[in-house]
Amino acid sequence: MALPSYASPLQRVWHYTFRVLCGLIFFFLIFPILVIVPLSFNAQDFFTFTREMLALDPAGFSLKHYRDFFTNPDWQLATRNSLTIAPVATLLSVSLGTLAAIGLSQSHVPFRRAIMAILISPMIVPLIISAAGMYFFFSAIGLQGTFWGVVLAHAILGIPFVIITVTATLVGFDRSLTRAAASMGAGPLRTFWKVQLPLILPGVISGGLFAFITSFDEVVVVIFVGSAAQQTLPWQMFIGLREQISPTILAVATLMVALSILLLATLEMLRRRNERLRGLTPA
Amino acid sequence: MTSTDADSLILRGGEPLKRSLARALFRQKMRALLLIAPLLAFIVLGFLLPIGTMLFRSVENAVVEETLPLTVAALADWDIDSTELPPESTYRALVADLQVAIENRSALTLARRMNFETAGFTTMLRRAQRELPSWNLDTDGPFRDRMIDQHRDWGAVETWRALKAYSGSLTTGYYLAAMDYTMVSGHVAPMPDNQSLHQMLFWRTAWMSGVICGLALLLGYPIAYLLANVRERNANLLMILVLLPFWTSLLVRTSSWKVLLQDQGVINQLLVWSGVISDANRLAMVNNKFGVIIAMTHILLPFMILPLYSVMKTIPPTYVRAAKSLGANDWTAFWRVYFPQTVPGIGAGAILVFIMAVGYYITPELVGGPSGMFISNRIAHQWYVSGNWGLVGALGTILLLAVLVLYWVYDKVVGIDNVKLG
Repeated sequence: MALPSYASPLQRVWHYTFRVLCGLIFFFLIFPILVIVPLSFNAQDFFTFTREMLALDPAGFSLKHYRDFFTNPDWQLATRNSLTIAPVATLLSVSLGTLAAIGLSQSHVPFRRAIMAILISPMIVPLIISAAGMYFFFSAIGLQGTFWGVVLAHAILGIPFVIITVTATLVGFDRSLTRAAASMGAGPLRTFWKVQLPLILPGVISGGLFAFITSFDEVVVVIFVGSAAQQTLPWQMFIGLREQISPTILAVATLMVALSILLLATLEMLRRRNERLRGLTPA
Repeated sequence: MTSTDADSLILRGGEPLKRSLARALFRQKMRALLLIAPLLAFIVLGFLLPIGTMLFRSVENAVVEETLPLTVAALADWDIDSTELPPESTYRALVADLQVAIENRSALTLARRMNFETAGFTTMLRRAQRELPSWNLDTDGPFRDRMIDQHRDWGAVETWRALKAYSGSLTTGYYLAAMDYTMVSGHVAPMPDNQSLHQMLFWRTAWMSGVICGLALLLGYPIAYLLANVRERNANLLMILVLLPFWTSLLVRTSSWKVLLQDQGVINQLLVWSGVISDANRLAMVNNKFGVIIAMTHILLPFMILPLYSVMKTIPPTYVRAAKSLGANDWTAFWRVYFPQTVPGIGAGAILVFIMAVGYYITPELVGGPSGMFISNRIAHQWYVSGNWGLVGALGTILLLAVLVLYWVYDKVVGIDNVKLG
């Protein structure tokens, strides 16, 4: 989109105006996320920059909100819960989701469209409806307010993401590879573990990351299906924001931004690796 | 090979080729279904069924019939438009029913149910609970006057009309309430203005989602265009600026908007400091519609950019160049040649953002205040504060139907299998 040398003055003006506009929109996208990072080091209990902070006076900064996060038993319980619920839920949705995605990508699947619509529905149905429905059901079978109840609920919410990413990866999968493995005597299980899974692993991992972040970031369903003992980080943040907003939330938010940067970097690495591999195979 | 060839071909074992092929295909289908089955069962049992039963609560109304079987039977011959009270035999049936109900503690469930329709039922039944157990059905009659003595509403035709109107095992009452109608004297009538809220909330949810969708398109289109038209290296770098918000927790983004927009927040502080507004006139940007629209546009913007980008990426730049070489100026080339090719992307992004917006709960709850509340917040409120599960079901069904229609449109326009994430 470089500006050609023969561009008229009007075209030049528009070219730079457009870039400035885009810059402003990028600023709108990124600023709210970055602004909480310095705010979380505020020495005061304010949600804005103090005079000392603007003057870059060290007295204006402190780690007290982080200290609070790491010592407060409520936040510690919430962190532990989030870190145990999300991986188990992810494992469940990834294993069931990958199997189903492989099934769905076969050439002759009856009712493919309808099945796909059902499997993706947890992503579409408004969360409050899913939450209310699951509350009644999980109470009826005695799982309401238990660890496993929340795990199952979160696994369901993560499944659409696994299905979408893994089926997308399988579209580019060369079926003759599994046939070759089978012709050389490998059973279906061996073919899956040794040939198919390693090749679709990037898709499975990115689906898993989506499922993980879905569970890790989920509030509505956990409030309905869980009880105080399953209080997760987002739940704790939600309460904090609604009732007595404490600046510790900014410290937690900063840590969560760091986590999302980590996830994003992993994903980007997977994508690069995938592109490199694709570049090697002749088109 | 034509089908007649396949018909006539016989394998060595004596089996026709056609049947053998059909069997192989069948086995293949079964294998595929077997792989899908565990997940499908999980979703159907753990998700669709629970939602279905929850929504069924919106029409379920067994409680009146179950707690007052004799009364309901006695009321069968009583005309709902009648201005006269039911006869003594009905009152006797009521006393008999209530004695049983008080005994097995179902009276309060009934009170709760009827209280959603006519306020005051709880008081009536509490009094009955104190006195009725000591009455003797055979000797203590007549019961009509004794009941009216106990609470004068037992002598009001309205009470009986309400009981009769809700004596069926299924009811449309919750849907009426969800659409701001109510039963007056057994007939449908609009809710008084001070209580009618739902239509307004559905309407607000729809138009605010529309505005959010429009803003996201306005902001997302230039970004997607830029990403699709700069060099690959730069596009990858800029893409990170879109994906970082996408991967950042919803709670984090909502809380940062709350912090930014507050009365004492960063934006107000900046405006006061730069002298645009005075300290006394800080802008109210949070706990109202403005806050919800800004925060949700920010949160949903990546869902607009990504589908737009994936469509724009496939548009060959030669088309626009051809248009220009044929004499079109920049604007015509864009509007007549480039823009029409991006319409599928606009459709995909817009429907996706709209679907997500209408079901939003967290952001309106945290930055919306009373004036920025969405229908989901009302559903949650009915759940927590009133415990009116029938109404939760009715409101939920209406919302879900709207979303399903959009989902169907999305499937037609984009195809569910073409959803892309990042």
